[in-house]
Amino acid sequence: MEEDVRPEVQVMERYGYERSYLISILHEVQKEYQYLPEQALRNVAAGMGISLVDIYGVATFFKAFSLKPKGKHSIVLCMGTACHVRNSRGLLEEARRFLGIEPGDTTDDLLFSLDTVNCLGACALGPIAVIDGEYHGQMTPAKMERLLKKLAKEEGVRK
Amino acid sequence: MKGSLSSPKDLNEYRKSIQSTKKKFEKVISVCGGTGCHAQNCVQVREEISRELDERLLSDKVMVKFTGCHGFCEMGPLVVIHPAGILYVKVSPSDAQRIIESSVVGDSVIDELLYKDVATGKNFEKEQDVPFYSKQKRLLLAMNGMIDPQNIEDYIAQEGYSALVKALFEMSPEEIIKEVEIAGLRGRGGAGFPTANKWKACRRARARDNIKYILCNADEGDPGAYMDRSLLEGNPHAVIEGMIIGAYAIGATEGFVYVRHEYPLAVENLLKALEQARQLGLLGDNILGSGFSFDIKVSVGGGAFVCGESTALMASIEGRIGEPRVKHIHTAEKGLYNRPTNLNNVETWANVPIIIREGAEAYARIGTEKSRGTKIFSLVGKVRNTGLVEVPMGITLREIIFDIGGGMANGKAFKAVQTGGPSGGCIPESMLDTPVDFERLTEVGSMMGSGGMIVMDESTCMVDIARYFVDFLCEESCGKCVPCREGLKQMRFILDDIVSGRATGKQLELLKELAEVVRDTSLCGLGQTAPNPVLSTIKYFEDEYHEHIEEKRCRAGVCRDLIEYQIDADKCTGCLRCKAQCPVGAVLGEKEKPHHIDLSKCEKCGICYEVCEFGAVLRK
Repeated sequence: MEEDVRPEVQVMERYGYERSYLISILHEVQKEYQYLPEQALRNVAAGMGISLVDIYGVATFFKAFSLKPKGKHSIVLCMGTACHVRNSRGLLEEARRFLGIEPGDTTDDLLFSLDTVNCLGACALGPIAVIDGEYHGQMTPAKMERLLKKLAKEEGVRK
Repeated sequence: MKGSLSSPKDLNEYRKSIQSTKKKFEKVISVCGGTGCHAQNCVQVREEISRELDERLLSDKVMVKFTGCHGFCEMGPLVVIHPAGILYVKVSPSDAQRIIESSVVGDSVIDELLYKDVATGKNFEKEQDVPFYSKQKRLLLAMNGMIDPQNIEDYIAQEGYSALVKALFEMSPEEIIKEVEIAGLRGRGGAGFPTANKWKACRRARARDNIKYILCNADEGDPGAYMDRSLLEGNPHAVIEGMIIGAYAIGATEGFVYVRHEYPLAVENLLKALEQARQLGLLGDNILGSGFSFDIKVSVGGGAFVCGESTALMASIEGRIGEPRVKHIHTAEKGLYNRPTNLNNVETWANVPIIIREGAEAYARIGTEKSRGTKIFSLVGKVRNTGLVEVPMGITLREIIFDIGGGMANGKAFKAVQTGGPSGGCIPESMLDTPVDFERLTEVGSMMGSGGMIVMDESTCMVDIARYFVDFLCEESCGKCVPCREGLKQMRFILDDIVSGRATGKQLELLKELAEVVRDTSLCGLGQTAPNPVLSTIKYFEDEYHEHIEEKRCRAGVCRDLIEYQIDADKCTGCLRCKAQCPVGAVLGEKEKPHHIDLSKCEKCGICYEVCEFGAVLRK
């Protein structure tokens, strides 16, 4: 019989199928697929002996998880208080306008995902945008537009 | 690294050997590797410094250390050269060469890289003399700048784990609890509950199968706060040592640290620290030959604010939805997996080794009568010197904001300071002389909270801030109880009406009434404290509410529906910059002729206002 090498199985094995690691397991499964596909959730439920509804509950309760595929580029904006008083909403409006999507969504061409987080804990540098994992501090709407334009140009899309 | 240590004597000998190895180094360059400095390219600064040392064959005389957060994030990346203690700020990778040349090989100081006080124009050479640091009392953060968090030897060299030895071999569990009681330690997570009382209750509780848990709450959810992050990232062993001592005092066998997934570096450093502690026999079976066994697991969160609440946190560790429950039965008796459980936050745990090592009396001399010790705050927002500050309890808000923080950035007037996160309130200027302790902050309508301190100036709208927090809590309400889930939503509708100029005076009354109902009837702390930001802004800044409602005016220029952008034709040089940048083509005009804004197209993003170099764009 062929060995089962699905990523979620390997992840569960690494964590010893322990339910107290469920959130960590889901994080790692999400890292593999960039989101949580239905089949992976079914496999986790079966593997750990937890009902699918419980897995689905956890996967939808916590903001960190997405059941929809994510875009190639991730744009994450910090909405913490320190960023808020330094106009993080201006950044969000600009990103929303430029990409034409709401926070939590991904563009139809699967190139960009826009997300907000409550606080990244890098408050001294606010407002902060994290683009493809890279922190950009002391952002402004105009800088936001420039960064997004650059990304769009690299991808050869007109925005 | 060494193998397992089986007695206090082993640990002492190990410490001595580390200390003597370290003496070989003539100088130590400590590069801040906190998240703030990471975002400002400190990794490359460190690499360049190491490369430079290698090239000059200095690597066995000069040590480079990548430490945790030094606190002065505004000025990052930070580099400190020991033993002189010279602080260089805003260091770029290209500065590495001259730093080594002048201050490592030579003994001179590079003036341009020193911190310069804006008010006096004075340069400061040493870290401890900079006003940002000199008024602080860095008890917990002291080690952050000294140790490499990924190397347990650094912590041990600084007397790390000596408190654990004292606790395990010289004290009974009751004596430890007594010591914590005399020290007057109160929970640093927000509510300020006396730590010793919590420990006593859990110690007393009967465990059906002899299993008790202790937990560390590192789900630092308050927006605008990153104290716990910096402690876990910069000095994870202090938290681990505190937890082992607590476990011994309570009689717990297993511990969990529940940490936010937004803090990947904290998770990484913590996991490494636990592994190293286990290898040395400081964690696991029969710790240092004492007969006491205890281990710690790390549980990563999923981004839900409510999981900072104790019962929701426990549900989440169990792999369930993070909903809180009513606490008819205390978690000290039935908590995680229905077993006796004690939960303290990161900063509380980090205080424990200090109390045991230095003694309760010494500790209790710091602070005020009911609030002992220090508190770490994240001083952020519109203040000049943003960063992490650790101060003795009892210091006034004014001292923190104006002496340590250097006052307002951009010369604007102070308006309010927000403490306690979404559960706290906004404190006006007239109350700036309030001493910072648990009781006094509650008296003025806010709370200590976990330590976020967000400074606001005249360009911050207080109604918008209230709306921001209610919006935040609406999103984060778990939905289990009606007052929180529905009440907050109704409050948000009203606040939306106010900030967009649609509200009537009656709605303000309704808002107050709803706030009181949500406060009095919600199930957990999230809902019970949720109205604080609204009630405190109404209490101190009611004028601003009335201006929005009656005059349709936002004096801070924040609420988009109540402002307009215009171009001052006298100041406009016709440079086309705003026209080129306007994302919706609302700026009209030709080169070298005054522009104007088509208000029907304008989406009020403010980009024109931001990019104009002549101050010609007006916000009204």
